[in-house]
Amino acid sequence: MMSKIVRTITNILYSSILIFGFYIIMHGHLTPGGGFQGGAVVASGIALVLIAYGYDTVRNWFKKSNLSFLESIGALAFIGIAFLGIGTTFFYNFLANSGGLFGDPTVIGINPGNLDTSGVLPLMNWAVGLKVLAGLGSVVLLMAYGIRKGDEE
Amino acid sequence: MRKYVLLAALLIVSGFMLLSAVDMHPFGSPEKEDMDKYFIDNAQEEVSANNVVTSIVFDYRGFDTLGEATVLFTAVVGVSLIFRRLIK
Amino acid sequence: MIDNLPFIACAILVILGLYTLTFKRNLIKIVIGLNLVESGVNLFLITLGYKSNAVAPIYTMAAKEEMVLPTPQALTLTSIVIGLATTALILSFTILIYKHYKTIDASKVRRLRE
Repeated sequence: MMSKIVRTITNILYSSILIFGFYIIMHGHLTPGGGFQGGAVVASGIALVLIAYGYDTVRNWFKKSNLSFLESIGALAFIGIAFLGIGTTFFYNFLANSGGLFGDPTVIGINPGNLDTSGVLPLMNWAVGLKVLAGLGSVVLLMAYGIRKGDEE
Repeated sequence: MRKYVLLAALLIVSGFMLLSAVDMHPFGSPEKEDMDKYFIDNAQEEVSANNVVTSIVFDYRGFDTLGEATVLFTAVVGVSLIFRRLIK
Repeated sequence: MIDNLPFIACAILVILGLYTLTFKRNLIKIVIGLNLVESGVNLFLITLGYKSNAVAPIYTMAAKEEMVLPTPQALTLTSIVIGLATTALILSFTILIYKHYKTIDASKVRRLRE
């Protein structure tokens, strides 16, 4: 557990890092970013809390079964959305230009972006973002568990 | 003795790489760009996304993203298998 | 020759990574050498697709309509994630070796069973 200054700054910064990471995931079809990059940013927020507070305190906040549940949901949602367009082909974008959930057509050429466009891409961004977030958080927590002292064989 | 053989091998490999880096095409004018011209021109009406790179990763070449998600999942399973002893 | 400076920089990164991989004996330095080779290859993939006086391939508030090639950027994303998976697994093996042998010198951990 680190000093008082580091813990205070972590308390202030942790919510900003989470919001920034989810913003990058959500606007993946308009600005640079997407699922993988946003998931890595949120996982770095989890690593910051782990460094500032030590493993014995953080173990009660991020349980390992919840993280593996999130990762499985991300993987199954990605495959499920890919299977939903099986009428034409395997990874077909069946929501683009259709007027449904994310189905506005975009203006051709240079334009300020519209969040309602580009069919199945935001759903896939969320699935991959959840998967990367839970995967990298699990790896960091497992390595912190593995280097504890007092656990010699 | 072994160190000198390794050093000679490293010098030969580095000579090959630097020689081919000098002889590449001029930086800033790629050789063929027909496929990328199709992607840049038609990504806004077929996928209706502003970001061409994301539309390549998730729509035109979504199968590679499926393989990459599998690799990430396998890595997490492998790390969890190494530290498996007494986790509760 | 001075025009191809990005390609020469990628080659120098790979050569430095190969030197660290073969001549150092600390296991953590070997992991850093592997990471250097991966970074050199990713940089080479991105500099292959550059056009002069062109902007990033995104249509939201772009400066002009002439864009660099977007396909190598999409493939480099996959390559970075695979490098991450390799580094995570090899670091876990380093932790396991230290717990068993009490040293991380690569010339002392050569026996198949202790």
